[in-house]
Amino acid sequence: MTGPLIEFHLDGRSGLPPYQQLVRQVRHALRLGLLREGDQLPTVKDVVALLAINPNTVLKAYRELEHEGLVAARPGIGTFVTRTLTDGTLAAHGPLRQDLLRWLASARRAGLDEESIEALFMTTFRTAAQEDVA
Amino acid sequence: MTSVVSAQGLGKRYGSRWALSDCTLDVPAGRVVGLVGPNAAGKTTLLNLAVGLLAPTTGTIEVLGGRPATGPEQLAKVGFVAQDTPTYESLSVEDHLRLGAHLNPGWDDALARDRIQRLGLDLAQRAGKLSGGQRAQLALTLGVAKRPQVLILDEPVASLDPLARREFLQDLMEAVAEHELSVVLSSHLVSDLERVCDHLIVLVASRVQLAGDIDTLLATHRRLTGARRDPGTLPADQHVIAASHTDRQTTVLVRTEAPIHDPAWSVGDLGMEDLVLAYMREDTRDRDNRPALEVLR
Amino acid sequence: MIWLTWRQFRAAGAMTAAALAALAVVLVVTGPGLADDYSTGIAACTAQGGDCSNFVDRFFRDHRNTGLAVTSVVLVLPALIGIFWGAPLIARELDAGTHRLVWNQSVTRTRWLAVKLGLVGLAAVAVVGLGSLGVEWWSDPIDKAAVAAQNVSRIEPPLFGARGIAPMGYAAFAFALGVTLGMLLRRTIPAMALTLAIFVGLQVAIAELVRPHLITPTRATVEITPSNVDEFIFLGGPDGPLQVGAQAAEQGAWVLSGHTVDASGRAVETITGQRSLSPTSGACAPPEEPPAQQAEGPGEDLAPCLAELKRLGYRQRVTYQPASHFWPLQWRETAIYTALAIALSGFCFWWLRRRVS
Repeated sequence: MTGPLIEFHLDGRSGLPPYQQLVRQVRHALRLGLLREGDQLPTVKDVVALLAINPNTVLKAYRELEHEGLVAARPGIGTFVTRTLTDGTLAAHGPLRQDLLRWLASARRAGLDEESIEALFMTTFRTAAQEDVA
Repeated sequence: MTSVVSAQGLGKRYGSRWALSDCTLDVPAGRVVGLVGPNAAGKTTLLNLAVGLLAPTTGTIEVLGGRPATGPEQLAKVGFVAQDTPTYESLSVEDHLRLGAHLNPGWDDALARDRIQRLGLDLAQRAGKLSGGQRAQLALTLGVAKRPQVLILDEPVASLDPLARREFLQDLMEAVAEHELSVVLSSHLVSDLERVCDHLIVLVASRVQLAGDIDTLLATHRRLTGARRDPGTLPADQHVIAASHTDRQTTVLVRTEAPIHDPAWSVGDLGMEDLVLAYMREDTRDRDNRPALEVLR
Repeated sequence: MIWLTWRQFRAAGAMTAAALAALAVVLVVTGPGLADDYSTGIAACTAQGGDCSNFVDRFFRDHRNTGLAVTSVVLVLPALIGIFWGAPLIARELDAGTHRLVWNQSVTRTRWLAVKLGLVGLAAVAVVGLGSLGVEWWSDPIDKAAVAAQNVSRIEPPLFGARGIAPMGYAAFAFALGVTLGMLLRRTIPAMALTLAIFVGLQVAIAELVRPHLITPTRATVEITPSNVDEFIFLGGPDGPLQVGAQAAEQGAWVLSGHTVDASGRAVETITGQRSLSPTSGACAPPEEPPAQQAEGPGEDLAPCLAELKRLGYRQRVTYQPASHFWPLQWRETAIYTALAIALSGFCFWWLRRRVS
């Protein structure tokens, strides 16, 4: 590996905390296809050496991305992209997404809050999965 | 986790003047700690007490669980870059590295030389002929190559131009990332600290006004704007830090753990600079009387 | 720490080494010749059967100034060491703020001071020791001539401070004094000035007030003879009182004080009421013709007068340190200066642990 694949920058006036700016820039790079599955994110050391920010800020951003399922940390090696956000993938599932959005809107209109919606989906999903097996 | 700096009732007096009084701190390790305050607030005194260049008049201080400067092991744990980054004028860069190698059992010579090479410093150059930024980088190299557990820096970038300042902080953060160093860094420029620190201590008029993790501090301080009213009418769990009034309007800075439900207020967040400035102002007439101790996690 | 001490000391050490080398060259080149001159001269005049007072007189007068110059190097050396090696040792660090760098490496302040004080202090004593040894060897013929010709010996000041082991004691003390003052004053130049002032003051004070009493001086009553008389004055008018004084009977002694006593042992300031000692007639009257050039000694023309003095019973009671006390005095005085040096060093260690920032 010759060097970091992308370079971060911080906008002092953006109103967003620094870690969120980093998250956004990674997502943007993923969307544009600058980062693909299996690519390594810049090391914490490289980022702080460029931006002069606290390493914990970078760790926080990478953890958030990991929480969103976009990257995975391999201890001692680095953080790697696990999923892209390119429009190709999204485009393929466009109709499904639209259906889902409509269903979510109905659920809200019926008075369900977020946790109830999630609970309803998960139970139905699992039940359906068991029926498939059986 | 051991505290990196732990002080109880620490005070230092010169003649009749107290340079630092009633200072109680418990700073967790693994942080980059910013010590901010106006000039002559006691920052240098506190840092000198932490490295053992001064002895306390009252109270105690411990760094990484040991009293400062009490022996070679304690000295090896703590790296220090003093104000104005002193170096030996007539000694060359190479001499300084040898000084480090001879006086520190934990000296990492490869690291030191690698840094010097990356910085582009000439080994044969006398330290007196280096620029301010280069001297600061040399002093930082000496501090880092000693492989301490905590690095204490007293206004290291105060006299540097913006580029030198940025490069110094870049190098410092790289060292923190690479070696898991704790750092205590003092400055009277808040903007520098905002980028690199995750823990803050505000020192004004020889007392600690505020101390805590920056994330927590920012999450627990709010700016409330609304129609003119007496800050005393606010609930007890909202501690008023500062208040200002016009004929029609009142703006209050509060510290609170709980969410704010009063619809009469517009609630906004504070940036770090505003937060520090609020605590640095001494003429906060509507401020509660709080004890100098303020530790928030 | 040893490396650092050497590195910081390098420049001063090199300069001193060069100066010492230059001095050594001068001494080595001229020394043997000097010794040779003296010994051949003595051999010559004893072979002729006469006494050598002409020769030693001339030898002493010829070489006196050079001897003084070389000796004064040794006298001045401890003070220079104190000023240029001692005062900057700590003061320069505090002045430049580099103590904030070096005291935060992994050596304690105590160890830092111990190595610096020890190494440079030892070097100081060694340099002065070598210098004074060389000068003492070189000056040997001149010293001998001085005793023979002028009865000036090395036990008297100022020679005492330039011979034997005393210079090393002075060097240790001056160095420790410089270091201490530098530490207290924190500025190099004021420390250098104060070190000089205090060191010189103490040297004078100890030489005048302490040294005479380090060993109980010898008291003796001696006759006033032409060879030991050193004062003969008629005060006042024609029948004026006579004031006399004399050195000790031994050669090379250091006279501390003396007074004339009469036949009954009573001390007298001046001799009065003795007709035979009148300045206008009798044995003590000056001769009518101007005296011929006296080569035998300063008091020769007073011989008849002094014989009359002795007949009347007048003697001189002298308090002095004999030449044999030279080494005991040297040891004791060096012990005092060394003790002072150790005390000052101990103080430095104590003070430094109080954490000077």
